[in-house]
Amino acid sequence: MKELLEDDPGREVLLLGNEAIVRGALEAGIGHGSTYPGTPSSEIGNTFEKIAKEYGMYFEYSANEKVAMETAAAAAVSGVRSMVWMKHVGVNVASDALMTLMYAGTRAGMVIVAAGDPSTHSSQNEQDNRYYSLLGNIPMLEPITPHEAKEMTKEAFDISEELELPVLVRTTTRVNHARGVVTFDDLNEPDNEGHFDKDPGRFVSVPQNARKNHPRLLEQMEKAGPISEESRFTEVIDENDPELHVISSGAGFNYIREAKEEYDLPVSILKLGMTNPLPLEKTKEYIEGAERVLVVEELEPFLEEKVKALAKEVNPDLEIYGKKSGHLSRLYEYNPDRIKEALAELIDFEDDTETLRPEQYDLPSRPPSLCPGCPHRGTYYSVKQALGDKEAVFSSDIGCYTLGVQDPLNTADFLLCMGSSVGAAGGFSKNTDQQVFAFLGDSTFFHSGLAPLVSGVYNDHDFVYVIMDNRTTAMTGHQPHPGTGRTGMGDQAPMLSIEELAEGAGVEFVETVDPYDIEETTEVFERAIEHDGISVVVPKHPCALIEQGEVNWDPYQVDQEECRQCHVCTNKFGCIALVREGEKVIIDETQCVGCGQCAQICPFDAIKQEGEE
Amino acid sequence: MKRVNLEIVGVGGQGILTSSQVLGAAALERDLDVYMSEVHGMAQRGGVVVTTVKIGEEVYSPLIGKGDADVILGFEPIETYRAIEQASKKTWIVTNEQPIVPFTVSVGTQEYPSVEEKILPSLEKSTDRLITLKAEELAKEAGASITQNIVMLGALSATEVLPINKDDMMKAVEDKVPERFVEMNLAAFEKGFDKTRELIESK
Repeated sequence: MKELLEDDPGREVLLLGNEAIVRGALEAGIGHGSTYPGTPSSEIGNTFEKIAKEYGMYFEYSANEKVAMETAAAAAVSGVRSMVWMKHVGVNVASDALMTLMYAGTRAGMVIVAAGDPSTHSSQNEQDNRYYSLLGNIPMLEPITPHEAKEMTKEAFDISEELELPVLVRTTTRVNHARGVVTFDDLNEPDNEGHFDKDPGRFVSVPQNARKNHPRLLEQMEKAGPISEESRFTEVIDENDPELHVISSGAGFNYIREAKEEYDLPVSILKLGMTNPLPLEKTKEYIEGAERVLVVEELEPFLEEKVKALAKEVNPDLEIYGKKSGHLSRLYEYNPDRIKEALAELIDFEDDTETLRPEQYDLPSRPPSLCPGCPHRGTYYSVKQALGDKEAVFSSDIGCYTLGVQDPLNTADFLLCMGSSVGAAGGFSKNTDQQVFAFLGDSTFFHSGLAPLVSGVYNDHDFVYVIMDNRTTAMTGHQPHPGTGRTGMGDQAPMLSIEELAEGAGVEFVETVDPYDIEETTEVFERAIEHDGISVVVPKHPCALIEQGEVNWDPYQVDQEECRQCHVCTNKFGCIALVREGEKVIIDETQCVGCGQCAQICPFDAIKQEGEE
Repeated sequence: MKRVNLEIVGVGGQGILTSSQVLGAAALERDLDVYMSEVHGMAQRGGVVVTTVKIGEEVYSPLIGKGDADVILGFEPIETYRAIEQASKKTWIVTNEQPIVPFTVSVGTQEYPSVEEKILPSLEKSTDRLITLKAEELAKEAGASITQNIVMLGALSATEVLPINKDDMMKAVEDKVPERFVEMNLAAFEKGFDKTRELIESK
C-alpha cells in the first residue's frame, strides 16, 4: 500500500482499480477525501485510511454518503481538491446535496466516484448511475481499466477546476475490483490549505440565486462540450472499412475489444471516455458513413438513445443494434460470451470452442452466510425463541445481518435500502396488527437509523428496534464508524453510545445484552415484545472475524452418545460449522471458532468442548 | 506469446485472493501484461469465489469466456464442477478433492453429490487433462492447512501452462507471504508441484 506514496514516475505496478483511483487522486494532490463504505468502492477508503496521514491529507468515514458529499463540497469551495466516493446506491443518499451543489459549483477540483454493480454482486439493485449525470448536469468519465481509472481520476480534478463543477467518475465492479498494470506519474503534494471566500449570491441557494445559478450550470456544461470532443480517453480503433461499427463505453468495451483482437474481426470501435457531455461531433462523424452500428454498454441504453437521435440528423438510414434490437440486454454485467453472441448475429464469425459437457448434477448452492461465531445468529435465534408461535414481521436492513434471510433463520421479510428497516417497521406497526421487528447494524444505525427513530417515537410507532452492534462496519471490511472510537485518520474519537442516543430520543425501553448469552437475550426480547411503543434492544458483541484475531477458543464437538439427533442445532440455529452426515450431526473443527452459542441451545447438552463433561 | 487464461475457483476463506495476487506479481515481474478480476465484499462470507488471471503480451478484459480457460484451478470439488463451462479439451483442470460442505447441505435442504462416485469420475470421463489432489492434506504435511492455496499454486506451476517458470513462481510466493512462514509455504509449493508432476508423468 505504501508504494502508492512513492514518487516514482514510469513505474509499473499491479493495482486493484480502487487502489488505482487512490493513486490518481494522490497524483492530483488531493487534500480531502470522504466516504461511507460500500461495495465495490470500499477499498478506496481502506487504502486512504492507511496512507492519508503520511501523505498529509484529510480523510474521513462520514456517517453517510450525504455527509461525505457535503464535507467534500465544503473542501472544494474552500479551494481544497476533494474526492468523495461511494457505491451506486450511495449516490441516492447523497443526491440531495449533489443536485444543488451542481448549481453553485466548486472552486478547487472535486471528484465524485460512483461505483456501480451490474449483476448485483453485493447490492440491492443494479441502477445505472450514468443517468445522474443527466439529472444533475454533471460532467462524467467512464474508465475501462484500473490504469484508465487512475488517469481519469487525475484528469477529472483538472476538468472540475476548469469548469468549476464537480466531475463524476462512474465505475463498475469489473473496474473497481479488477487488478491490472498501472503506470505511475508524478506524485503531487496534498492541496489542503483552504480558505472559504464568501460569495452568498453563488453559494446560498435561495430561489433568486438558484434562478441565476441554473443558467450558469448550463453554460458551464456547454463549455464541457469541447473538453469531451478533445478527450484523450475517446478514440477510434481501426477505421478501415469495417463491416460493423461499434460504439462503446465502460467495462463492456473490454470484451468487444478482446473479441476483435482474438478473432481478427472486421470491426471498428468508437471508444468513449467522457460520456457526459457526449462528444457530439466526433460521434456524428463516426456514424456518418456507417451502415450498421452496434452499441455496447452495460445496463441501460444511455448511449444507444443518443446515437439514435444523432443518426436522425446525420445518417437516418443507419441500422442501430443494441438493446432495442434485442442483440444485447439491459440486464446484468456483460462478459466475453454475451458479446460474442451479439457479434455472431451481425458478422460472419464463428466461435468453435467446445466446452466440456460432463454429466449434469444438481450442485448445492453456496450463498454467502453468517460466519461461524457470528453474534447475529444468537440474536436471531433468541428473537425466534422469544416469539414462540407468535407471528412477526421482520423488517431488515443492509449489512451482514441481511443474511438472516436464509434458512433456517428466516429473519428478513422486507428490505429496501440503508435504514429502511426502521421506517418500514413503523409503517407495518401502524397498518397491521402483527408484531414487528426492525433489524439493523451499528454502522447502519448511525448512517440512517436516527431519523426514523425520532419519527417513530414522535408518531407512536410500536415495534422492537434491534440494533445489532458488532462494533464495526462488518460487511464492507471492518471500517470504523461513530460508535467505534476511531476515525478514518486512525485517531481516537469519542465512542458515541447508541443507547444514550435512543434514550435521548425519548425511548423508554433501552436494553443492551450480549447475544452470545442466548438465555438472557431471549428474556430481554420477551420483555421488549411486551413493551408498548418502540423498544430498543442492542445485542452487543464484536464481529466474529475481529474477535477471532484476538481470542483463541477451543472448538466444540458433538458427543455422539449424548446426541439424540433432534437437529435443533442445524434446523433452528444453522451455524455453518454444524454439518449433517445423514442423521448424525458433527462439528467441522476447521470452521468452529468455539463461540459456544450452539452448546447453549442443544436440549441434551451434547455439544461440548474437549475435556468437558 | 499466446495469452494464458486462468480461472481460480473455491470458497471464501481459502486464500484464493492471495494465490491470484502471487500469480499477478510473478507475471508483472516478467514484464507481462496481467488483468485479473477479484471478488470482494458480500460474496466472501462463505460464498463462491471466482477469480480470473489473464497473462499475455496485451490483455484486454478481466473475464474468461466459455471454454476459454487454459487452467481451472479448483480449490473445492463442486466449485470446480460449477466452473466446468469455462473448460474445453485443452484445459487443464487441477482440483482439490476435499469438499467444503455448504450450509444449504448442512441444514439438510440440498445434497452434496459424492466426490468419489460422481464428481471425479464424471470429470475423468470428459477430459484427459485432470489433476486431482488432496490439497489440505498436502498443506498439513508442509506445516499447516492454511498453505493449501500455495499447494495449489505448486500444482498449477507443474502443468507448465504458465509463461513463468517454477523458480520465478517460488520467488513470488516468497515475496508475498510473511517472512516467518516462507519456509512452510515453499514446502507447500513443492508438495503441490511434485504430486502434480507425478500424476502427469503417470498419465
